[in-house]
Amino acid sequence: MVAIVIMGAITFVIRAGGFWLIGYVQVSDRMRRMLEALPGSIVAAVVLPIAAKNGAAGVFALAAALTVMLAFRSTLLGVMVGIAAAALVRRAGL
Amino acid sequence: MAAFGAGFGIIAAHAGIGPAEAILMSTLVFAGAAQFVVAEIWADVDTASGLTTIAFVTLLVNMRLFLMSAALRPWLGSLPGRQIYPGLALLTDPGWLLIARYRAQGGADAAALFASGFMLWVTWIVGTATGHELGIFIVDPMQFGFDLVMPCFFIVLLVPLWRGFYRAIPWLVAGFTALIAARFLPPWWHIMAGVIAGSLTTGALNDRR
Repeated sequence: MVAIVIMGAITFVIRAGGFWLIGYVQVSDRMRRMLEALPGSIVAAVVLPIAAKNGAAGVFALAAALTVMLAFRSTLLGVMVGIAAAALVRRAGL
Repeated sequence: MAAFGAGFGIIAAHAGIGPAEAILMSTLVFAGAAQFVVAEIWADVDTASGLTTIAFVTLLVNMRLFLMSAALRPWLGSLPGRQIYPGLALLTDPGWLLIARYRAQGGADAAALFASGFMLWVTWIVGTATGHELGIFIVDPMQFGFDLVMPCFFIVLLVPLWRGFYRAIPWLVAGFTALIAARFLPPWWHIMAGVIAGSLTTGALNDRR
């Protein structure tokens, strides 16, 4: 219970803090571009190690999700096909 | 997101987090990656060192939200705080990526931040409750690929953010830095390492143009 409240408080301070703090700093043009390029970097830094850790299941899941997204432009369908691919690869014992 | 929440509920049930605690955690913390990691160390929650570890891991895993929050400043900086902070309190990776896509497609309504956050929040809580209920029946969540919902969701959201190869070079740097850092750094530091490397690359690349 105490642990949950602490986690919540820390997370809130982080969430609000970035926005708050950067209001006191002069944001240069280059810094703005760096902030705007963050989403892709975060995705890559989170996803690649997970894929590597999960071996074939991870690689196939991500490739399937990406392919379906490129073909149909549907987020939900991409995710569903992705985890289905992981389940199949694991069942096949690869 | 509901499936991801259910995934947390299932893992929480297996980690000995009670139903009320799991739902409270999803409501107050609402940060999937941190919650998954904390579930792994939940057994030590009653000791001082366990509590300190939980606090530190929460800080570390969620540090990326600090950068995301900062990244919203150029767009939302001119609005009054009471319009921004409720939305920021519900900031998550998928929410932020949805907002980034919304912006990329020309969206300009600041209320989208709170709306998407709130929608994901409710889904997350309901998902947790459902997953915890079902957790007892599912012996091995990995068999169904539930543990890979988050990475699949992330990679899919990358598609609308694509702006040509040149702009994607920092992504590659971030990804491979994280991949290498994961081997050497303590758990979860690699995300921050990758993100920082990616940001520095962006700065350097644009400078040379």
